[in-house]
Amino acid sequence: MQDIKVEVRRYIEDNFIMGASGVTLADGDSFLEHQVLDSTGFLELIGHLEEAYRIKVLDDEMVPENLDSLQNVAAFVVRKRAA
Amino acid sequence: MSPAAVPGPEVLQIDCIAEADRVARWIVDTVARRLHRRGLVVAVSGGIDSSVCAALAVRALGPGKVFALLLPERDSSAFSARRGLQLAQYLGVEHEVFDIAPALEALGCYRQRDEAIRRVFPDYASQWKSKIVIAGGTERGINFFKLVVAEPDGVLHEARLPLREYLQIVAATNFKQRVRKTMDYFHADRLNYAVVGTPNRLEYDQGFFVKVGDGAADLKPIAHLYKTQVYAMARSLGLPDEICSATPTTDTYTLAQGQDEFYFALPYAQMDLALWSLNHGVPAAQLGLALGIGQSQAQRVYQDIAAKRRSARYLHAPPETIEPIGGPES
Repeated sequence: MQDIKVEVRRYIEDNFIMGASGVTLADGDSFLEHQVLDSTGFLELIGHLEEAYRIKVLDDEMVPENLDSLQNVAAFVVRKRAA
Repeated sequence: MSPAAVPGPEVLQIDCIAEADRVARWIVDTVARRLHRRGLVVAVSGGIDSSVCAALAVRALGPGKVFALLLPERDSSAFSARRGLQLAQYLGVEHEVFDIAPALEALGCYRQRDEAIRRVFPDYASQWKSKIVIAGGTERGINFFKLVVAEPDGVLHEARLPLREYLQIVAATNFKQRVRKTMDYFHADRLNYAVVGTPNRLEYDQGFFVKVGDGAADLKPIAHLYKTQVYAMARSLGLPDEICSATPTTDTYTLAQGQDEFYFALPYAQMDLALWSLNHGVPAAQLGLALGIGQSQAQRVYQDIAAKRRSARYLHAPPETIEPIGGPES
């Protein structure tokens, strides 16, 4: 799970934060509340998760509890891969 | 109204004629003293917003200084065009009908859109129809889009849109609003007129417009009015019944598509009440009672409005510069 968190953090930092000054993201921080991702950004993140981890994110799974923080994403990917 | 009260439709009631006169005076001052133009171009879709804008333009400047444009394309409805024409004749303004389909065809609008659709539904053909609908949002929290296609015999298929295809379909259909705006400004430049933008408050606040498309204009006379108020004003101004009772649609996709399917979380009357309530500090519990939904769903409606408002900042923003540039005013 730690590996997934590190990889997704790198993905978010490379593609959305892009080295912008003053942006720090804790593992439990909401992407929405910190304005790191908007709805298009979530679609991009989901595409990345599906490709990188060979999982299929179902419509019902597109909820903040699964996707709206590094912590939640990592736990979600672990659950999906175990299923 | 106290924050504990349950808001009802009465909070959106206005004196339409007094408001129409106030807007008309503002239009005169804006056109003459700030924009220094001689009249107004209004693109008329047949919908309620552009109809009220055209009527207000005429109220302000008279029919001789208003030019109405009707800009149909392959996917826009014939009913809309008929209502637009009816309005122009009713207002007694000079108008022109110009089919933008050949321009859109040349730019690849339809081809690019259909190519993206076929990546999701390989059997999609020219006789099929399509639309995009919004999902998620107020039910669960993260918005996403579904592509709905209909075979010629009416059989429907639906799939979640991957990002690349979603962006390409939206980018292709945005050609429509941008080509229309090009035509608006051709006539505005030709006549030395200014261009009227026609968003209502819901659209303006929530970013329901295309940047440098229908979002581009010199003045936006009803951007402060909730959609409910725009309908009320249309009736007060005596616009034709067919216009006053028209259901709001995007008129952009080949399948019939309500604005609430494409963008807004709720039908417009409820969205108006939700936006008003958020703007006036009404707690989610009271909004829930007003809309007949639970407190947590009302809270998600508020969150959805806030999220769209954040996204709309990019649409409203002028080009960024590293520092203010210009004279003493900046």
